[in-house]
Amino acid sequence: MELFDLSIRELHSKLKSKEVSSVEATGAMLARIESVEPQIGSFITVTPGQAMADAEAADKRIASGEMDLLTGIPLALKDIFLTEGIRTTCGSRILSNFVPPYSATAYEKLKEQGVVLLGKLNQDEFAMGSSNESSAFGMVRNPWDTTRIPGGSSGGSASAVAARQATATLGTDTGGSIRQPASHCGCVGLKPTYGRVSRYGVIAYASSLDQVGPLTRDVTDCAIMLGALAGHDPKDSTSVNTPVPDYAAALTGDVKGLRIGLPKEYFIEGLDPDVQTAMSQAIETYRRMGAEFVDISLPHTDYAVATYYLIATAEASSNLARYDGVRFGHRAEEAANLLDMYVKSRSQGFGVEVKRRIMIGTYALSSGYYDAYYVKAQKVRTLIMRDFIRAFEGVDVILTPVAPTPAFKIGEKVNDPLQMYLSDIFTIPVNLAGTCALSVPAGFSADGLPIGLQLIGKPFGEETILRAAHAFEQATEWHTRKAVI
Amino acid sequence: MTISVADVEHVARLARLELSDEEKNLFAGQMGAILGYVEKLKELNTEGILPTSHAVPMENAFREDAVSPSIGIEKALANAPDRVESFYRVPKVIE
Repeated sequence: MELFDLSIRELHSKLKSKEVSSVEATGAMLARIESVEPQIGSFITVTPGQAMADAEAADKRIASGEMDLLTGIPLALKDIFLTEGIRTTCGSRILSNFVPPYSATAYEKLKEQGVVLLGKLNQDEFAMGSSNESSAFGMVRNPWDTTRIPGGSSGGSASAVAARQATATLGTDTGGSIRQPASHCGCVGLKPTYGRVSRYGVIAYASSLDQVGPLTRDVTDCAIMLGALAGHDPKDSTSVNTPVPDYAAALTGDVKGLRIGLPKEYFIEGLDPDVQTAMSQAIETYRRMGAEFVDISLPHTDYAVATYYLIATAEASSNLARYDGVRFGHRAEEAANLLDMYVKSRSQGFGVEVKRRIMIGTYALSSGYYDAYYVKAQKVRTLIMRDFIRAFEGVDVILTPVAPTPAFKIGEKVNDPLQMYLSDIFTIPVNLAGTCALSVPAGFSADGLPIGLQLIGKPFGEETILRAAHAFEQATEWHTRKAVI
Repeated sequence: MTISVADVEHVARLARLELSDEEKNLFAGQMGAILGYVEKLKELNTEGILPTSHAVPMENAFREDAVSPSIGIEKALANAPDRVESFYRVPKVIE
């Protein structure tokens, strides 16, 4: 076992016992990044200087006995998190020279524990995509099969965990952007409840849906990371002021009597047979452990993708209006006047998927269409939320696939945006409902591609889905398999 | 649903985007397909249903009206593409 193979929990215990130093672990990770990065492309920016300085500071802190669970752990962040003094691009040409003057709260909280920052991870431009093919900094390849996509938009966050280029990473999830790449890369990925983690300093895509979460080697690490990230932040007015439980303490291994809902709308024809098999085996595993299954219905599921692509694009068109070339980011040269400068800066700076979504969103918000599209979608969102409220009256957790298929081929859906959007069919409803869900490894396809299981919880029910996922992990060995790279 | 190149040009103007002819044709087809797909929401009767703008019900988020440090002019202007003294400089607004 190499140092870069260790989980947070394993590395923490070696750091604590002084068996290894953070400088050693960080050095091993930087060497690993250098050796596999040409094949994968997880990073937009690697920060070796910052990493070694962080590691030295962590070793001093460990020597003084003031150690937290994440002290000295080498992590990497999706390039959507502002990092003071370190370039932050959000995968876009328009921010290719942007060096933030302050850091995201999520990163500040990790820094308080003394983490090591390895760098900034590749992603779809402005988090818009399901395949990481829309990044202005090149595609990311799936460590399990480099002819395939890693998922998106947090593609680099998932591939870096799977290729052991970081002990854990942070991503964001607006319509599945943590869970879908976690599923495709065989790691654990959690989208917490809306409001659970501060979004201050996280570049906005669709503000009523965006949420921050971890991608990790296993469920225990996921619980550790969530514990570090969760909590109220006065700088984010949408962060919720409810107590943060001890998530690691929730991992009891006991799911006896847990009521798990199976929504009939998620087990449809067209589901990949290998995904279907993985789900059936997972259900059998839970049954053996004493969980109870309940057939449920989420009747508006079929309307979720349409609802999402109106709400998310409308909010994006508004959020991305700030990129005008005035205060930061790319400014076009030789503009005839101010308006021309806005238009040229934006048209040169944004990629095709971002332009497409701004266009759809602008259309949906434009005079004459606002009620028919945007308000209609917000009303259907209410119906989708009610589906979940009703379902959770009778169950503790909902079990579904994360994605209808394993990772698809690079280029396969790039010319058909609607097909690309439909690959998020099982993750999008959770964002619309604002609740929490995670992806945990649950098997492999005949081609050796990872398949994730989605567990959806009640709002602020992260403890329950972590407990259920952890119990599953104890009973299976899927999470122990490593991509050969 | 049909979206014409003229529709695309109108929306692009609103969005402060300038598209090539190739992009206009591409988006006309793709926006037509996507907006055609979302038409399915019309199947649902949403009379009397209140729109949801945020998933978690929230009261107003107030804070104490207290002075706290800010990032300051130099940091705020550090990313300015063009600046003069403590201002952002932009092309002429009024002819």
